[in-house]
Amino acid sequence: MTATALPLTTFEQAPKAHAHTGATKLSVEGLHKHYGEHQVLKGVSLQARKGDVISLIGASGSGKSTFLRCINFLEKPNAGSITLDGQTLDLSKGTPPAAQLQNLRTRLAMVFQHFNLWSHLTVLENICLAPRKVLGISAGEAEARARKYLDKVGLPARAADQYPAFLSGGQQQRVAIARALAMEPEIILFDEPTSALDPELVGEVLKVIQTLAEEGRTMLMVTHEMGFARQVSSQVLFLHQGLVEESGSAEILDRPQSERLRQFLSNRLK
Amino acid sequence: MHDFLTSGLQGFGPLLAQGTWMTVKLALLSLALSLALGLIGASAKLSRSRLLRLPATLYTTLIRSVPDLVLILLIFYSMQIWLNDLTEALGWDYVEIDPFGAGVITLGFIYGAYFTENFRGAILSVPVGQLEAATAYGLSRAQRFRLVLFPQLMRFALPGLGNNWLVLLKSTALVSIIGLADLVKAAQNAGKSTNDVLFFLCLAGLVYLAITTLSNRLLKHLERRYNIGIKELAR
Repeated sequence: MTATALPLTTFEQAPKAHAHTGATKLSVEGLHKHYGEHQVLKGVSLQARKGDVISLIGASGSGKSTFLRCINFLEKPNAGSITLDGQTLDLSKGTPPAAQLQNLRTRLAMVFQHFNLWSHLTVLENICLAPRKVLGISAGEAEARARKYLDKVGLPARAADQYPAFLSGGQQQRVAIARALAMEPEIILFDEPTSALDPELVGEVLKVIQTLAEEGRTMLMVTHEMGFARQVSSQVLFLHQGLVEESGSAEILDRPQSERLRQFLSNRLK
Repeated sequence: MHDFLTSGLQGFGPLLAQGTWMTVKLALLSLALSLALGLIGASAKLSRSRLLRLPATLYTTLIRSVPDLVLILLIFYSMQIWLNDLTEALGWDYVEIDPFGAGVITLGFIYGAYFTENFRGAILSVPVGQLEAATAYGLSRAQRFRLVLFPQLMRFALPGLGNNWLVLLKSTALVSIIGLADLVKAAQNAGKSTNDVLFFLCLAGLVYLAITTLSNRLLKHLERRYNIGIKELAR
């Protein structure tokens, strides 16, 4: 089988409604990360305009998750710069001051591979916590937001009072997406959002992400779902050993230029 | 009841009640102190800084390897000697350490070491993703602790905390040797005066049993509270 015959997921091929307004929303330049001697990222750059959906793909160990985690300082990057809406952070200067860091984190909401919903809080409390305690909005407003986004990710109102452990993986990940949306962030970061799910639950989560893509939300997504990446991405970055090996439109998944990407794509079908 | 306490128990009711109150006060205040020390100690032990880890490790290792009785004697008497040296050097009047305060500090200091290990294990049991999510959503260090880490670590800490609390409660009996009129001391005195030591000691034992029974019920309640959101596996 060749890479051009990748199986598509079961979604109808929706038109890619990317509302590019031209202005660069997020720009990452020459991001470096090393653990001791080991270089994980050797200068990775990326430009996201408003409405872009950028998929980061690559073999495990290529640095794609680390890159995503460096953008909101879950890992401390060693060099490079991050520019969000014209404000630049120089990464070689170490961790920015707490207020600046918090500001960055509230504008970039993260969805994790293992959901990481707070297990001692109900669904509603999970979604309301950061908007209330970090953004400082009122309890009533936070709850209204939470209910709105729960509805948006397709969960019934009664799910609000459940604890995460009592929900399926797919439902938990949709709650996690609602938690991200409730921050009303400028960019959502997805770190392999479907990798921990049972195969039959992957679809419901991808469908939510697809809806968000169609709404023109700016998103960065580390993913192994090639069919889905091809469908929703405005840009694809293929990472190999800490460098961008190939990047471009979703086209590159059908017509890879580099040998490594070709190999990577065909290996995924074996 | 009032009559029984004042005139019953061969007239030793009030003494025993005072002793019980002393024991309870001593145990609760020492518990508060040791819980605080335990949380600080555990944070220090898990810190990235060697400067914090080293003293915390020294603290738990030393305290846990020396008998409580030795430590009580050591801390109580040596504190008095240090204080005497200090007041003398400063030309102040002689200050005597209050045995109650010394008892609380000593017991709190000893059990703080056990609670440190208790909390350290509990903190390590909280899945790392729980804190990562809190960090990623912009919660401050204090908020992460108060809103996410603490409510979750309590679930893992409670069984051990309950255990240590019972040991602490019984260790209060040791402070009678530094002159505090706790329950054991009161029972001994009553026993000696009436020539009925067995009766009063058994009575003291029953009072301890009553306190521990009450504690266990409270602990069960707390365990239920901190287990919220946890799906019980089918047995």
